Amino acid sequence: MKALLDRVMTALRGDAQADRVVPPTGHTATLTLFSAAVMTFLAVFALALSLATGRLADRWSSELARTSTLRISAPAEQMEAQTRAALRVLETTQGVASARALSVEEQRALLAPWFGPDVPVETLPIPQLVEIVEDGTGYDAAGLRLRLQAEVPGAVLDDHTRWRRPLVTAASRLRLLGLVSILLIGTAMAAMITLAAQASLAANTQVIAVLRLVGARDSYITRAFVRRFTLRALSGAAVGMVLGVLAILILPPAQEEGGFLTGLGFQGWHWLWPLILPPLAGMVAFWATRTAARRRLAEIP
Amino acid sequence: MIELENVAYNYGGGDLLSDVTLKLAPGSFHFLTGPSGAGKTTFLKLCYGALVPTAGQASLFGQDVRGMDRDAVALARRRIGVVHQDCTFLDHLPIAENVALPLVVSGRDALKEQANLKDLLAWVGLSSRAQARPPELSGGERQRAALARAIIMSPDVILADEPTGNVDWEMSQRLLTLLVELNRMGKTVLVATHDLSLIRAAKTHVQARVLRIAQRRVQLAGADL
Repeated sequence: MKALLDRVMTALRGDAQADRVVPPTGHTATLTLFSAAVMTFLAVFALALSLATGRLADRWSSELARTSTLRISAPAEQMEAQTRAALRVLETTQGVASARALSVEEQRALLAPWFGPDVPVETLPIPQLVEIVEDGTGYDAAGLRLRLQAEVPGAVLDDHTRWRRPLVTAASRLRLLGLVSILLIGTAMAAMITLAAQASLAANTQVIAVLRLVGARDSYITRAFVRRFTLRALSGAAVGMVLGVLAILILPPAQEEGGFLTGLGFQGWHWLWPLILPPLAGMVAFWATRTAARRRLAEIP
Repeated sequence: MIELENVAYNYGGGDLLSDVTLKLAPGSFHFLTGPSGAGKTTFLKLCYGALVPTAGQASLFGQDVRGMDRDAVALARRRIGVVHQDCTFLDHLPIAENVALPLVVSGRDALKEQANLKDLLAWVGLSSRAQARPPELSGGERQRAALARAIIMSPDVILADEPTGNVDWEMSQRLLTLLVELNRMGKTVLVATHDLSLIRAAKTHVQARVLRIAQRRVQLAGADL
């Protein structure tokens, strides 16, 4: 990687006189600029998706992993006693930082999305919920279930694993999808720049013949084309990156109601991540053009 | 300098040249004549490493062409100035930059050699056309520009393929004079031409060997030339 970067930097420094040997215009120039800009624009979104889903996966796997819910179902006259018993058990359980029974208002708020705000919770035979917060070490769920089974027969422990795991898996897959998208975008850009470079080399057969006639080495000819295409790709990618970041900026801000979709974007120092895309595009163009040029020059006798 | 020994070149199943032996000694002047399609251009290409013989041995400055990689051929070409009949240039660059191209590709600073470049353009009569693009030049001007480009590196050998093919008599005499002057400066010159009158005119100014390609072989021409 460092060697490739060094070669790219050497190619970019270039030689002012040598720069002029490749004709400056042509449809390949526009194609390279356009494809680098579009691909980098898309890569900004793929990067944002990847980072947002990464944050989501981290949140789901860390915050939710620290809380559990105990559901106590019992006849109304036994509910209070069983709740107290459950809290006693929890207070003496290693790994539990705190435990508290949800108030009537809190339970009403939880049911409100389904039954409306005026549901008479106190008259309904609904279970009592107890929120458990773990400490750093966590508790032994199997052991706690056995103790609760003995002392609070109506209690069911839900440590969120059942529904948290698929969500974390989904978020992790989305993050992977974002990274794979960046890889595919890079590959597609390499393919397009290779085609553009091949077209340019084919259109400039006379230039190559003249350069060889006057004693130019193939490495010199390759460098001239590589520099031209690398700079074009860098410029196009810079434009695409700026447009992509602007598009992310005008997305709606993250909101609880919108959930994951409104959180698509960068946070904090992650805004610096898009800056890596133009140099990456330059490296892709450098590699693609060099490969195409070497192959083409080897074909010409 | 440039030596061909029993060289043959076969293309598409047929021999274009066979059993060619020639040594271009330093400071010599050669004409190569023969009808169109006789193999003059193929012969010249063998002389500057653009083609590799299918039999025999071709040496450029003591190196067998077969053993030379592309870099070695490129370095050898810096010592050989080539002028083609259909002189090709980089059309997007002015003539001055085209003439300076051999300096640029060999890593020399063309800016530092501006004085030489000016003198050279003046010598070939193109001072006033230095900033013109190649497509704007006449046939004769293009030939002179190609000659200037061929000699800017002060090569040991100058190979010219029908250098007067696209110009009138007066211009061909002027180009011939330039080639003779170069030979007097010690350069080895080989001119391929089908124009016998040019050869006759040259022989009054320079002692030249005249070679003729006939039936795929190169032989010394008779006294009629």
